[in-house]
Amino acid sequence: MDQNIPQVIQTVPLQYYVFFATALFSIGVLGVLTRRNAIIIFMSVELMLNAVNVLLVAFSAFRSDPNGQVFVFFIMAVAAAEVAVGLAIIVMIYRNIQSTDVNLLNRLKF
Amino acid sequence: MNSIILLSALGLGNLFLGFRRSNRLLLPVMMLILGLVLTVNFLDWNQGPQSFFSGMLIVDNFSVAFTGIVLLTALVLVPFSQRYVLDEEANLAEYYSLLLFSLVGAIMLASYNHLLMLFLGIEILSVAMYVLAGSDKRNLRSNEAALKYFLMGAFFTGVLLFGMALVYGATGTFELSSISFAVQNPVNESLRPMLYIGMLLMLLGIGFKVGAAPFHFWTPDVYEGTPTFFTAFMSTVVKTAGFAAFLKLLVQVFPAATAQGVWLPTLTAMCVLTLLVGNVGAVAQTSVKRMLAYSSISHAGYLLVALVAFNGALEGASANGILFYSLAYSLATVSAFGVLKLVADARHREDYAGFNGLAKTNPLLAFSLTVSMLSLAGIPLTGGFFGKFFVFMAAVENGYIGLVIFALLMSMVSIYYYLRPIISMYMRDADDADSAIPVPVTTFQSGALLVLALLTVLLGVLPGLIAGVL
Repeated sequence: MDQNIPQVIQTVPLQYYVFFATALFSIGVLGVLTRRNAIIIFMSVELMLNAVNVLLVAFSAFRSDPNGQVFVFFIMAVAAAEVAVGLAIIVMIYRNIQSTDVNLLNRLKF
Repeated sequence: MNSIILLSALGLGNLFLGFRRSNRLLLPVMMLILGLVLTVNFLDWNQGPQSFFSGMLIVDNFSVAFTGIVLLTALVLVPFSQRYVLDEEANLAEYYSLLLFSLVGAIMLASYNHLLMLFLGIEILSVAMYVLAGSDKRNLRSNEAALKYFLMGAFFTGVLLFGMALVYGATGTFELSSISFAVQNPVNESLRPMLYIGMLLMLLGIGFKVGAAPFHFWTPDVYEGTPTFFTAFMSTVVKTAGFAAFLKLLVQVFPAATAQGVWLPTLTAMCVLTLLVGNVGAVAQTSVKRMLAYSSISHAGYLLVALVAFNGALEGASANGILFYSLAYSLATVSAFGVLKLVADARHREDYAGFNGLAKTNPLLAFSLTVSMLSLAGIPLTGGFFGKFFVFMAAVENGYIGLVIFALLMSMVSIYYYLRPIISMYMRDADDADSAIPVPVTTFQSGALLVLALLTVLLGVLPGLIAGVL
């Protein structure tokens, strides 16, 4: 690896990264809106966060500005904390209703 | 900044109190911690802007004032956690520490100067709230509230982050003043759409956190399912911090006229919709807790009026209006939720009829709920009246007369649902034997209720104490 990583990243035009990240993000949004299993919804949310990470790294490399990449570390750390809390909530619900289907949770209604 | 360090250290220290067999010390220690941090926070008042972490956090009068509101709210709220038995094995010290940690997030939201700190503040605040929303582990309603809050919150965090990434791509920086400069003097005109999409996605993300329509749909469900003590925390601290962050974002990042041309219509539409949904939704509710949830949506609407009447600085009519309104709203909401919690715990019901005859059995509870309802409705001689007055004045000065008339109409609607609990308490008799017994209240709780009622009336009689401090 003689080439440094930002140069490797720059071999692909920036628009491609933007389109790719937007596509990933949209898949995540669609997943959240259409799936009914709490764990799959949660995975879709992670997909959205990773789309953001890709986008930040691409911008950061193209602008030779390290801020974006540092931001990504923070997003990863926070996402890990969220996973811990989120899975704990899902396990708690599974213990009570033996399911992770969000449609079964309808005790709170207008 | 000192308050952030103190809260984190003392929050960790507070966890060690959990090793003690008895929980009696927890509440006094918690109040001491909050009182201490509140005092330390005001040492920074008028010390000029101080920057920390290479300018990522800025402590100025704006952040000190909002930190003060948030800490004061938490201080008067904690007495209501007494006799809060969630679970026999529940470790109460952990809940208190989580509250302290989430306050750190709220303070970061009031003092950020870098988008990273905005993101971290929102997450520190929210992750603690996800846990607290589900703290009643065996109760399915609490479980459902936690899951809904968590999934929706994580989703909108993703939206907020995507917005930040796009703004970063268009401007090349995360620092507020540099972004603002880059928005005003764009290097590359073709990046403008990306900037505006990013900006709108960020507005959407924060709009969700403060519960503005059309992203309010989670609020009634989550507020209803969450244990009442934490609902009160959510609807006051989270909302105040969210609006401080919202105002800072608009004032310091997107004040440029071209950017305003995009977010101002969006925000005005959100504002009208929020006022409508909040007030009309509250009328239809049969549960007081759910009514208060819708009422918190409607108050987000009034605060949005002040945001729309933005004047490009962290001082002046708009910022002062938001400050005063948040304070008056927080005080009134804490006492409303406090009384609701006490009554609901004793009588096991949350509907209006549960308040029947409360004036005979507990005159103090009835009195403080009356003061808080009048303040929320904006009746003169209470803080809520001047809160609305300042917000509407700011809007009129900027020429939003139509918006103010609409907001006034909506606040007339709100009088209907705020007077209903008062009528139940004073004009109806208890309908079952259970309700004829006085609701148990501890000394701390009656003290907190008296202080809240006093402060609400004080704000209504001498608004000059807080008005115009920024």
